[in-house]
Amino acid sequence: MGAELLAIFIVAIFIENVVLSQVLGLCPFIGVSSKIDSAVGMGMAVIFVMLLASVVTWSIQNFILIPLQLEYLQTISFILVIASLVQFVEMVVRKVAPALYQSLGVFLPLITTNCAVLGISLINIKRGYNLVEATVNAGGAGLGFFFALLIMAGIRERLDISDIPENMRGAPIAFVTAGLLATAFMGFSGLV
Amino acid sequence: MQILTAVLALGIMGFVFGAVLSFASKKFEVKVDPKIEQTLELLPGANCGGCGYPGCAGLAEAIVTKGASPTLCPVMAAENRKKIEDLLGLNKIDAPEKKPVYKAALVKCNGLDTDEYKKFEYMGVPNCQAAVLLQNGPWLCPHRCMGLGSCVAACPFDAIKIGPHHLPEVDEEKCVACGKCVLACPKQLIELVDKEKTVHVKCNSTDRGVEVRKVCKVGCIGCGLCVKVCAYDAIKVENNLAHIDYEKCVGCGACVAKCPQKTIIMENKPNFKGSVAVIDEEACIGCTICYKVCKFSAINGGTPKEKHSIIPGKCVGCGLCVEKCPKKCIKMVDKA
Repeated sequence: MGAELLAIFIVAIFIENVVLSQVLGLCPFIGVSSKIDSAVGMGMAVIFVMLLASVVTWSIQNFILIPLQLEYLQTISFILVIASLVQFVEMVVRKVAPALYQSLGVFLPLITTNCAVLGISLINIKRGYNLVEATVNAGGAGLGFFFALLIMAGIRERLDISDIPENMRGAPIAFVTAGLLATAFMGFSGLV
Repeated sequence: MQILTAVLALGIMGFVFGAVLSFASKKFEVKVDPKIEQTLELLPGANCGGCGYPGCAGLAEAIVTKGASPTLCPVMAAENRKKIEDLLGLNKIDAPEKKPVYKAALVKCNGLDTDEYKKFEYMGVPNCQAAVLLQNGPWLCPHRCMGLGSCVAACPFDAIKIGPHHLPEVDEEKCVACGKCVLACPKQLIELVDKEKTVHVKCNSTDRGVEVRKVCKVGCIGCGLCVKVCAYDAIKVENNLAHIDYEKCVGCGACVAKCPQKTIIMENKPNFKGSVAVIDEEACIGCTICYKVCKFSAINGGTPKEKHSIIPGKCVGCGLCVEKCPKKCIKMVDKA
């Protein structure tokens, strides 16, 4: 059991990295990766929301949708759940922990409709994970997103001061970098 | 039948989440002063940090909650500042208007850039910090401006450009003295100086004169001639480098003429109107006080009871005589 969970965790971080091999959540990956500080904030927020969202969506699927035979409403109800969950969490955090809100707050609304969060929830259901497995998978995927964002931000901070041909500056070089990173992550594919 | 369950299930779910959210928004409400929002809208929104707070939002909060002064923002238009003061009821008490000092960045280097002043040709990352790491930069003078434009990149207002001779040029119209370039310069060459001041020491080298002469034609050698010639005690030489005390400097230009290295320069500012003194001869009683007090021999007279007059071309507009005249018959007027 333990070994299986570990395998899910490792696979979620490296082999099936949300951004670099499943190509989910590219918007924040390019958008919030220009500074390491904000990349860390965003990464933390994603880990947090992904964990919560996968627990809640798993419960919705198994306690509401399956008994009512409404599995085809999966996508829309998951979006509904995740969006309201993030809003709710934002309000609570703002009231209860202002310090945490200062560091994560700006990123939370960005994640309400993040496709990586939705994607992980859907994958959990598709693979028939139980609640523990779903949580571990979500944690691993969140951590994978965090790492990818952090690596990207580190590279982009250095790109800022390098001598790049004028037509490649900004987004073009970022896309090339993302592509190379994804290729590098393919090296993990034989790990498990 | 199926569609009914679907609609109901989704409807109920939506309703429940909506209810929870609206309940939470009341329960977990954090009261934000609407004045903060309104103040923020009036601020420039450039988030330059010139006020010392983290961005415009930080200043808006400080103005409303901690009573920080809106004048901290060097960028804001006077009109908006007035609106903020109205909003918060700040100008109920009529405080005596102090003339605001508008500063601009000043680059304290005027070095030449021909090959004889270079140790080597720098081909690395075009960034001053990086260049300094390599042999302390490509220039012979260890204090010379790298000329690679870290200050240009740091400027949020597009007010600095690298001009000829690999030296930055500040557009004083655009410069708002936010101080970003001051922090960006690895050689600490940039200082914020009152825009109206025209005389500057364009060097930051604290090396001895002999060393400076070897590596630069226009560097300060700390000879102290400017100190002697200054009638206002406004120049000091510390660590082989002349410093101008801008509080005392009146911009007469005596040091500019005397400086053997041409380190001290006088800027030609087209929109800077100098002023000169004018004596009202009706009211003048010929007390000779202004004649004695003038440090530039710019006033005629000297024998008691003889009416004084200003010698055109000699007056530098320091305003000393205006202060000293017992009859208050001297005024400053714009040149031209």
